[in-house]
Amino acid sequence: MSEKNDVLYQVSSSPHIRANDSTARIMLYVILALLPATFFGIYNFGIRALIVVLVSILSCVLSELCFNKIVKKESTISDLSCVVTGLLLGLNLPATLPFWEAAVGGIFAIIIVKMLFGGLGQNFMNPALGARCFLLISFAADMTNFNIDAYSGATPLAVIKNEGMSNVNSLKMLLGQTAGTIGETSTVAIVLGAAFLILVGVIDLTIPASYILSFVVFISIFGKYQFDVNYIIAEICGGGLMLGAFFMATDYVTSPITPRGRLIFGICCGVLTGLFRCFGANAEGVSFAIILSNLLVPIIEDNTIPTAFGVSKEAKKNE
Amino acid sequence: MGVRTFKGGIHPFDGKKFTRDLPIREVLPKGELVFPLSQHIGAPAQPIVKKGDTVLKGQKIAESGGFVSSPIFSSVSGVVKTIEPRRVATGDLVNSIIIESDDNFTEVEYEKVEDFNKLSNEEIINRIKEAGVVGMGGAGFPTHVKLSPKDPDKIEYIIANCAECEPYLTSDYRRMLENTDELIGGMKIILKLFKNAKGILGIEDNKLEAIEKIHDIVKKDDRLEVCQLITKYPQGGERQLIFASTGRKINSKMLPADAGCIVDNVETIIAIYRAVTKGCPVIKRIATVSGNAVKNPGNYLYSIGTSYKQIIEAAGGFVVEPEKIVSGGPMMGFSMFSLDIPMTKTSSSILCFKEDVVSKVETRACINCGRCVEACPEQLIPSRLHKFADQGREEKFIKWNGLECIECGSCTYVCPSRRQVAQSIKTMKKNLIAKKRKK
Repeated sequence: MSEKNDVLYQVSSSPHIRANDSTARIMLYVILALLPATFFGIYNFGIRALIVVLVSILSCVLSELCFNKIVKKESTISDLSCVVTGLLLGLNLPATLPFWEAAVGGIFAIIIVKMLFGGLGQNFMNPALGARCFLLISFAADMTNFNIDAYSGATPLAVIKNEGMSNVNSLKMLLGQTAGTIGETSTVAIVLGAAFLILVGVIDLTIPASYILSFVVFISIFGKYQFDVNYIIAEICGGGLMLGAFFMATDYVTSPITPRGRLIFGICCGVLTGLFRCFGANAEGVSFAIILSNLLVPIIEDNTIPTAFGVSKEAKKNE
Repeated sequence: MGVRTFKGGIHPFDGKKFTRDLPIREVLPKGELVFPLSQHIGAPAQPIVKKGDTVLKGQKIAESGGFVSSPIFSSVSGVVKTIEPRRVATGDLVNSIIIESDDNFTEVEYEKVEDFNKLSNEEIINRIKEAGVVGMGGAGFPTHVKLSPKDPDKIEYIIANCAECEPYLTSDYRRMLENTDELIGGMKIILKLFKNAKGILGIEDNKLEAIEKIHDIVKKDDRLEVCQLITKYPQGGERQLIFASTGRKINSKMLPADAGCIVDNVETIIAIYRAVTKGCPVIKRIATVSGNAVKNPGNYLYSIGTSYKQIIEAAGGFVVEPEKIVSGGPMMGFSMFSLDIPMTKTSSSILCFKEDVVSKVETRACINCGRCVEACPEQLIPSRLHKFADQGREEKFIKWNGLECIECGSCTYVCPSRRQVAQSIKTMKKNLIAKKRKK
């Protein structure tokens, strides 16, 4: 070659500029958005709630660190996604849970649900919810023990299911002064955080809105009290539906990436939640509904491939 | 009617403030000039001079190599040194004519035309062809081919691509302000070829001065209008521009003419005007020189064949040695490892950056966040295509419309995991198209 240059400039394929966004920043935003619900949980259930959350986070971070060490891969904890998983798991546990069970949950979430499937981006189900369901099945009594000084022990949804609407105060449910897991009770705190996430563009309303709307339609038809405003408010605010709709169904990795797919996914979550709550043995069903919908994602995506700009649907079919 | 924008796209830092108010300055070439025989899409031009020949400025030195091809002209007077392969901006080695300038710039007499309205359409197209006009926005498609669609009567819109959506570039903007009459004259020439067509100048709304100036001139003309476009990258993409200014959509299997449109870039339209009225071939064009490593950023009129090095010298050289040099915009341009490369008909800019930001980014796993889906102006699912490309799954890639990608790079730009989304899609596309050709 005849190049007689002293300096060689760097070469790469275009584009040559990048936006500032990063995975870690997105995760940080999610953590910030979960703080109102976390603080309310601690205020509501006491210092024990804080410890449960911290144990859960620590267990997740350590699990990921150790796993990467053992399989000799670069550490991935700096992307903060394990902190998000730990925090979400913590908010989905009752404050009364033995600490070691919270730790087991964290290990299960990271090792079994996330890392064994290939780590961030590869897991097919939400790690926090996977772990929660695992704990629900393994330690059913501890996981449904909401006995704390302030509250009688039964969650509002269980009260509705077993006793009736008369013993439920929907205003208290909006604020979050009820029994339940650490982060699920306060609708106000959750919506505050979710609004922040929408504002900074981390999530959009497609999944939460289609989830909540389809759920409302479902229980208006099949629910115990059908179209009763107080009943519907109680059902929306209770049982972790808000936390699930805004923070777990919207999990990037385990929700569809196609625009129409997201809508269908939200509806699946809503209908399944309604189904479990109205016809299941338990009063709650958000976790299982989201996890089941997670499993439907590949099918949903394959059937909702968007038509490209300028390509008509008929032309695509004729190919 | 147009909707002035399109779905998707991005808003990168535009960097136009460094050069937008600097008038065009001419750089006189000296020493050795290199004329690659492929400065356009299609067959390479065939040299008609040989070593030792004396040539004049504006003299044809290479003839069209076919219908889809374009002749090449010397931009200086001097002597043909040799004909040999030389490296061009894309990194390829291309056979080139090397001319040593005699610094006299003795020019050929061109055959002028007083009133182009008296020319027949064939004569106009022939003059454009014989002047070596090609798409000067970057693609380099021979203009006379573009202006010869199957049925000229079905062309309803002539769109001047004045979007200039690439960050840093301001050369088209300067042309719009300083050579307004030639731009509008060029549009009128094209309109003469298509009797049923209307001319639209699509300009992004970050160039309000140009919009006002052009609007003032064309407001009385019922065949010309300005379409004020919303500033967003890639607004100057052919499909996006057509949609924004006419509401029509085309895909990868269609030509703009299939939607009754012809799109030409500002620089090309000015070249058309000069070719038709003055008989002047394409021997000069303008390029933006910018970036934080250049001493005097600006808009420079240069002679084709000048090396990038000379242009940089004319711009005062470097403040610091840059890490990266890009020919073209930062979104779709080519990075170059050397400055010993000739400027061609399609070199719209030189950007010199102190730091190569992309070499320092750390790639992480895709988290399926969908930012690329929001950014894609073609409504594709880039992250999925990226995965299929990496796995070599051709059928899936085609099923998910991978071939519709316009390679704008928006997906790579927005990716928070800093993945090479567009890069792998481009490679896969290239392979698939090559495979199709073989069959």
